[in-house]
Amino acid sequence: MLLISCPWCGPREESEFQCGGEAHIVRPTDGAGLSDTAWGDYVFMRKNPKGVQYERWHHAAGCRRWFNVARHTVTHEILAVYRMGEPPPEVEP
Amino acid sequence: MVIVGGGGHGLATAYYLAKLHGLTNVAVVEKGWIGGGNTGRNTTIIRSNYLNDESAGLYEHALKLWEGLSQDLNYNVMFSQRGVMNLAHNEHDVRELKRRCYANHLNGVDSDWLSTSQVKEFCPILNCDPDARYPVLGATLQRRGGVARHDAVAWGYARGADRRGVDIIQNCEVTGFRIHDGAVQGVETTKGFIGAAKVGVVVAGHATVLADMAGFRLPIDSHPLQALVSEPIKPVLDTVVMSNAVHAYISQSDKGELVIGAGADLYNSYAQRGSLPIVEETIRAIVELFPMFGRVRMLRSWGGIVDIAPDASPIISKTPVGGLYFNCGWGTGGFKATPGSGWVFAHTIARDEPHAINAAFKLDRFYSGELVAEHGAAAVAH
Ligand SMILES: Cc1cc2nc3c(=O)[nH]c(=O)nc-3n(C[C@H](O)[C@H](O)[C@H](O)COP(=O)(O)OP(=O)(O)OC[C@H]3O[C@@H](n4cnc5c(N)ncnc54)[C@H](O)[C@@H]3O)c2cc1C
Ligand SMILES: [Zn+2]
Repeated sequence: MLLISCPWCGPREESEFQCGGEAHIVRPTDGAGLSDTAWGDYVFMRKNPKGVQYERWHHAAGCRRWFNVARHTVTHEILAVYRMGEPPPEVEP
Repeated sequence: MVIVGGGGHGLATAYYLAKLHGLTNVAVVEKGWIGGGNTGRNTTIIRSNYLNDESAGLYEHALKLWEGLSQDLNYNVMFSQRGVMNLAHNEHDVRELKRRCYANHLNGVDSDWLSTSQVKEFCPILNCDPDARYPVLGATLQRRGGVARHDAVAWGYARGADRRGVDIIQNCEVTGFRIHDGAVQGVETTKGFIGAAKVGVVVAGHATVLADMAGFRLPIDSHPLQALVSEPIKPVLDTVVMSNAVHAYISQSDKGELVIGAGADLYNSYAQRGSLPIVEETIRAIVELFPMFGRVRMLRSWGGIVDIAPDASPIISKTPVGGLYFNCGWGTGGFKATPGSGWVFAHTIARDEPHAINAAFKLDRFYSGELVAEHGAAAVAH
């Protein structure tokens, strides 16, 4: 069971949260002019790193706010928690 | 030729390359031991009742191969066609499962709809009380479905491939590809370089790691999927029962253990272990469905890392690198496809083009939009 520190509510159990997957995927602005390759990359392709992943979490059974987490996908260690809109912090795995 | 990954799919690929295409200068390179990945960790449920024509073609091809596999390999894979039931607990489940039943009939895939009383007759220990927390409104039954012995599948294919001249190299991890002018030349491994004009990669949860080495992207997320077994008990359950809605599936092994599959963890992981809340959820559902299992003790639980694609269908495909082929995205349900997957992948590698059965399962579908959406039939929510 992960213990996740919601930026607004503090440390809570994993079962209160939902994971929203990879963070910092930017929606292309030029939708009409975009190639199929660029659309496919945006919609479907994922980094899925073995190591540090920057991802979104939702405090679904709490304050219901979204935030970002840097987490190691092998140790599951949470290395940073930061708010939506903030750039991904450098972390030491 | 090199096949990366000595799971059931990789070993089956090597076997069919040798047997059907006469290609025996093949090495299977496995970083651990053969069958130690998801092949040896899964709950071994086999069925072919998928919704789309493409999927029915692929999984039914596999099921037909299962039906003759022990004879073909001269190795008992203990394939047992005890039937697989998928339960409906609400009106939506009923509609979705009936629709899939009819689609199966159109594709020549056996599938029966059972009413609640027929379900009770078929599996008397299931709680079909109308006041149950998960009332059973009916079920589909694929009578040709069942289970097989996972280790035997890996060993049987390995022995068959080995006898035809394939080399199986264990404890040898692929760490990179040598690529020149857009074509593969071989693989770098922890035991040195192996030159090969064609390389097939079948590494399940590690697909993205290998694609990164080759320099292209995949639409795959790796998640833990868990299972657990009980202490052995007398025979009580002679079929396979699955419930999509409550994320639980159960059968009884020939040793008497109850084999229980859980849902996937929601976050990406390569840790080969899952979280306890998922196990708790599954056990809660199993005890509701089978009150008599309430006091059975569990012996072991474990996890495997599964490769989940956005449309819950596999990718069996050429890649942007010449001579490099990937077979991945089987996610939570690829054991059932092992013979068919190896069969079509061997064809794809040998001919440098897909067989008609796997043509739709190309990597390019995520750019062209021709997805094969199978979330309903994939059975494990993710
Ligand atoms: C708990 C659980 C329950 C499941 N239940 C079912 C079920 O009931 N029915 C069903 O149909 N499916 C089920 N599945 C899914 C099924 O197990 C898989 O889809 C299938 O076994 C995948 O086979 P594979 O040979 O591709 O992968 P694996 O058996 O995982 O083989 C891949 C191999 O690649 C090796 N490898 C990885 N990286 C490298 C590298 N760099 N170099 C060399 N080798 C490498 C790994 O060590 C591994 O042995 C379940 C999975 C799990 C985890
Ligand atoms: Zn909160």
